[in-house]
Amino acid sequence: MASQKERPKNKPPLLNEITKGVLRENPVFRLLLGICPALAVTTSVENSLGMGIASTFVLLSANLVVSLLRNIIPSKVRIPAFIIIISGFVTVVHMVIQAFFPDLNESLGIYIPLITVNCIILGRAEIFASKRPPFPSVLDGLGMGIGYTVALVSIGLVREVLGSGAILGFQFISADAYIRPLMIMILPPGGFFVFGILVAFAQKLSERIENGSSTGDTDLCAGAVNDRSACVICGGCSLGDRAKTTPMDPEQAKHHKRGDSE
Amino acid sequence: MNLKVSASPHIRDKADTPRLMRDVIIALVPALLVSVYMFGYRALLIISVTVSSAIVFEFACRKIMKRNQSISDLSAVITGLLLAFSLPPEIPLWMPVIGSFTAIVAAKQLFGGLGQNIVNPALAGRIVLSISYPAEMASWSLPSGRPSSAFSFSPVFETDMITRATPLQMLYAGEGQMTVGMPDYLDLLIGKHAGSLGEISIAALLIGVIYLLARKVISLWTPLSFIAVVMIFAALSGHNPIYHLLSGGLVIAAFFFATDYTTTPLTRSGKVLFGIGCGLIAALIRIFGSQPEGVSYAIVFMNILTPHIERITIPLPFGGGRK
Repeated sequence: MASQKERPKNKPPLLNEITKGVLRENPVFRLLLGICPALAVTTSVENSLGMGIASTFVLLSANLVVSLLRNIIPSKVRIPAFIIIISGFVTVVHMVIQAFFPDLNESLGIYIPLITVNCIILGRAEIFASKRPPFPSVLDGLGMGIGYTVALVSIGLVREVLGSGAILGFQFISADAYIRPLMIMILPPGGFFVFGILVAFAQKLSERIENGSSTGDTDLCAGAVNDRSACVICGGCSLGDRAKTTPMDPEQAKHHKRGDSE
Repeated sequence: MNLKVSASPHIRDKADTPRLMRDVIIALVPALLVSVYMFGYRALLIISVTVSSAIVFEFACRKIMKRNQSISDLSAVITGLLLAFSLPPEIPLWMPVIGSFTAIVAAKQLFGGLGQNIVNPALAGRIVLSISYPAEMASWSLPSGRPSSAFSFSPVFETDMITRATPLQMLYAGEGQMTVGMPDYLDLLIGKHAGSLGEISIAALLIGVIYLLARKVISLWTPLSFIAVVMIFAALSGHNPIYHLLSGGLVIAAFFFATDYTTTPLTRSGKVLFGIGCGLIAALIRIFGSQPEGVSYAIVFMNILTPHIERITIPLPFGGGRK
């Protein structure tokens, strides 16, 4: 696991590591990771933005450190090691938010410490940063973080506009207007509605962008880079037999699928 | 001799979707007439708003999604009618439009249209409204037969309107027993009490049910098990079971919402199971819950379980052994 994997021959440009997280491998809309905070804290744009930025910082830093330590961490205890690294950065974020943004801290509540166990961060550490040099890992963390923030803000925007009649706290439907906002949107069911509809929309958009090319690899969950391995994140956490088989990284899996390299 | 060779089925019924939908609309007419008589033009106004907005949303949705137009199958009309029947008479007129949008766009067309929806569209619309606007969705007026606020577009209720608790609310307050001042059984049967547009008159609904049974559009398995479980549960909890049957939305829900082809099981034992589940949840909400009425939640909940009910009740093919 700790050994660096062979690179595919036609290495994609580094910019791709950033852009893939935004739509093609968007953590929330395409990989369906980190759903819990995406449903729980997205009642307003402000909360979504706060959560997204906090997660991006943790992603970026955790990816960097995991990548630097990738040859030192023994493969058998890598998950606990990743968690320790991640939780260290989450503690930093938590303290900063407590000190400088007490209101945000109040409304995000338990979800800030819970960034530690956010699937996306552990997932990127496991399938990307632990096999790549620091620079691409940082770019990957940044791209995924931006993708996560974009997803949270878009869910938050729809929910805030429909549910409270406001954007970023600016009320454009007054409370005693004739038509009042749809309260269900800021309640949990509304989160599921918006999430489901946006996932369908992102799927459609992504299909259109890829212009009919195979989307097979993104249909799997993030850890399952090909169809024979189960999700590395879920299957790998239990450290069953699957953890021993080294999964291919996403780039290689793509080539494998297309039959470029065997 | 001229023998024609073809694959089965060889005998086909003339029943198709528009014919079934037309039958359901005909069956709903008596309840519609009673609600217009009891609540005045206001009822007609709400019904026309929900039906027309449902048709418009159905048309627009199919157009945008570049699919065949499906208005002629009349399912949007039924959704609109049933949605209106589950709304209180004094609701501001823009709310039914949101209800129609939820029903047609979110609950039906986004899932693929008629036959693909997971939950009953009209009930989804009703539930979204009742969670979003709890005050308006629970303000009932006594049917007067006069067109009091028929063309009022004001969200503020007129002061001369008589608001009155529904029989179920009174039952809820009275710990399940009939108390003084509550409508008697005859009032409940003909619809002289507060309630949603379509649910008030049990007699009118039953006329429609008899028509549907005669046309073999619905079967009695789900409705009877649904109603029986609610009544048994009520009796066991020391409530008045007949009052539970005659008040609230139990009858319209059991015969018109819980017999929807798409969202309920196809197998006979599945239908019974579905009815029992609905009855249990509805009775639990009515008797122990924080709301007086819960049939809409019960049906939507069981709608979600329908694929699983069908999986466990699927009949074995000929020659197949027991599991």
